[in-house]
Amino acid sequence: MSAISARSGVDARSRAKLRTVTLFLLPALVLYLLFVLFPVVQAAHYSVFKWNGLEPLDNFVGLKNYETAFNSDAFKTAVSNNLLIIVLSLAIQIPFSLSLALLLNRRFPGRAAFRLIFFVPYVLSEAITGVVFTLLLQPHALVDGSLQAAGLGGLVQHWLADTGIVMITMFVIITWKYFGFHMILLLAGLQGIPRELEEAALIDGAGRWQAFRYITLPLLGPTLRVSVFLSMIGSLQLFDMVWVMTGGGPLNASNTMAISMFKAGIKNQQMGYGSALAVIIFLFALVLALAYQRFVLRRDVEGALTVFNG
Amino acid sequence: MALVASACSSSGSGSAVTVNWWHISTTDPAKTVFQSIADAYHTAHPNVTIKITILENEAFKTKLATELQAGNVPDLFQSWGGGIMAAQADAGMLKDITSDIASWKDTINPGALGIYAYKGKQYGVPWDMGMIGVWYNKALFKTAGISAPPATWDDFLADVGKLKTAGITPLAIAGKDMWPSMHLWTYLVLRIGGKAALDGMVQSKNWNTDACTKAGAEVVKLNALTPYQDGFEGATYDNEAALVGNAKAAMEVMGQWAPVVEAADSTSKTGIGADLGWFPFPTVTGGAGLATDGVGGGNGVAVGKNASPEAIDFLKFMMQTNNANAINAANIGLSPVLGTEATVTDANLKLVLAGRATATNMQLYLDQATSPAMGTAINEATIALFDGKSDPAKVCKAITDAAAAQ
Repeated sequence: MSAISARSGVDARSRAKLRTVTLFLLPALVLYLLFVLFPVVQAAHYSVFKWNGLEPLDNFVGLKNYETAFNSDAFKTAVSNNLLIIVLSLAIQIPFSLSLALLLNRRFPGRAAFRLIFFVPYVLSEAITGVVFTLLLQPHALVDGSLQAAGLGGLVQHWLADTGIVMITMFVIITWKYFGFHMILLLAGLQGIPRELEEAALIDGAGRWQAFRYITLPLLGPTLRVSVFLSMIGSLQLFDMVWVMTGGGPLNASNTMAISMFKAGIKNQQMGYGSALAVIIFLFALVLALAYQRFVLRRDVEGALTVFNG
Repeated sequence: MALVASACSSSGSGSAVTVNWWHISTTDPAKTVFQSIADAYHTAHPNVTIKITILENEAFKTKLATELQAGNVPDLFQSWGGGIMAAQADAGMLKDITSDIASWKDTINPGALGIYAYKGKQYGVPWDMGMIGVWYNKALFKTAGISAPPATWDDFLADVGKLKTAGITPLAIAGKDMWPSMHLWTYLVLRIGGKAALDGMVQSKNWNTDACTKAGAEVVKLNALTPYQDGFEGATYDNEAALVGNAKAAMEVMGQWAPVVEAADSTSKTGIGADLGWFPFPTVTGGAGLATDGVGGGNGVAVGKNASPEAIDFLKFMMQTNNANAINAANIGLSPVLGTEATVTDANLKLVLAGRATATNMQLYLDQATSPAMGTAINEATIALFDGKSDPAKVCKAITDAAAAQ
């Protein structure tokens, strides 16, 4: 077959393939453009104005909104709160979910029931979780009462009213809500690891911990990396639950980036400033996601944008 | 609703007109009273249909903002006057009804009407105007050995001390919602500096004044007595109302709606009944403000730029004495229509009305009088003071800085 005809044959086929792919992608692409990309561009546009949403869009202020955000104590607290949740999730929530997944990977009676019970909190909406926990954590309500009854009255705090503790309370509730989800993800990953590998290691004299550390954990890598990624993005988006429980307070102690954005744009009718915050959150998440894909998920995502030789 | 609509087709003089009215009274009795006023108007004017949309408070604010941005202005909608109404007027969203209401505006309390005016033009009409005062539990006061409500701020602090000694929570505030304590602080500024000084601070955007810092100092004195409920930093207004309604706290600084909310939030659903009393906010000895100055506000209806003459006529109908009396009788509000005071039968609301009648100046709640962003800034700065996390000078500076950034 001559080179020319071979190439034209390949071209015709790949053109047809491209056409089919484009046709199938088109609806999703249109929706994505309309509801994701266009609002991002619009937000970037509004962010360089000072605008209350009602008046004409003519008060151009350049990067002043961004300057205000980075000088704002409330926003700085928000960023550090989001980072705190990310760090705590990675350090505590994921290992906790992993331990439960390992436990529930063995056969024992009632295993299915446990899996179900642990997964149920994930099914609740964040807003409902917020409402329920607000009631539970009121002074002298169920949590305080239970602690008193168990003789642990000294541990009672102002769970939602103490600026030093409120973010930790939020983290505990987030863990309660999402540990089941990560557990199921990791369980699925564990079940993809052939039993023979672990058994072979044990036969060869490896200890349980060594088998876990050198066989299970590396093979669980892709799933773990996905779990961590979802956890990080979820932490950046934290809004519903915190808004319902504390509104970002007291004194902005439980502020998150999404709450800052909502307060500025919707509550305070500062559309320009709110849009600037939205752009900051977008860039933060984008950089984090791309960096993660490039450096951590490298092995898992052949051919992706961030892998140069893919 | 559908039956009523179909029964009233365009039979009658004039073409069919629909008036869109958005209000926030999601519960009875207000919901029913407003519907019956609308129905009564429709019976009298069969060609006019009043289409009511009811939204919850926060949902209303959000929805209205988006509708206004889209250019769809409802004909009549809930308004509290002040800065938000001013912003809507500046954006050309409201109709100037100064001349339309000229024939009947004298039937309404001028101070109340003034809150719905901006730059000399009238943009809305109030159907409820009250005053913030101190609601207290008479029985708890008696237990603590307090024979009469305090007239001065020093008496107030002394009474707080007596209540603490008796093991009663003296004052309930709401740290999460922030605005109840903000009203207390506003009164202190008003009592110490006077209305002119407060107006000056709002206009000049400079809050680094004597009155502001002195008011803050008085709050610090109050904080020192630890008068608030346990966990107040995270309490909502409903938590606060429930405490008073369940007789767990002796006082709250609140507006004329307090008894209704206290009852609704209490476990008995009736509040503390006859034990509830009201006294005007105490005076500050040596302060420049008058004892008769008030902080107050209410509810009103703003008129959208596309409103028809029928919409304004419906407003006039709503402000008629019989409908104003219905609002009073159902305890939905305190009508500012002159001459309707007599129909208010509740003893405490009569006291509020007396305060309103003799008020020399009425300061609209600061978070309504200024813009939403300023309101939030004032709320956040003052709650930090009550939480013990700020000091008077810092509060005044924070508000000034926020005003400068507007």
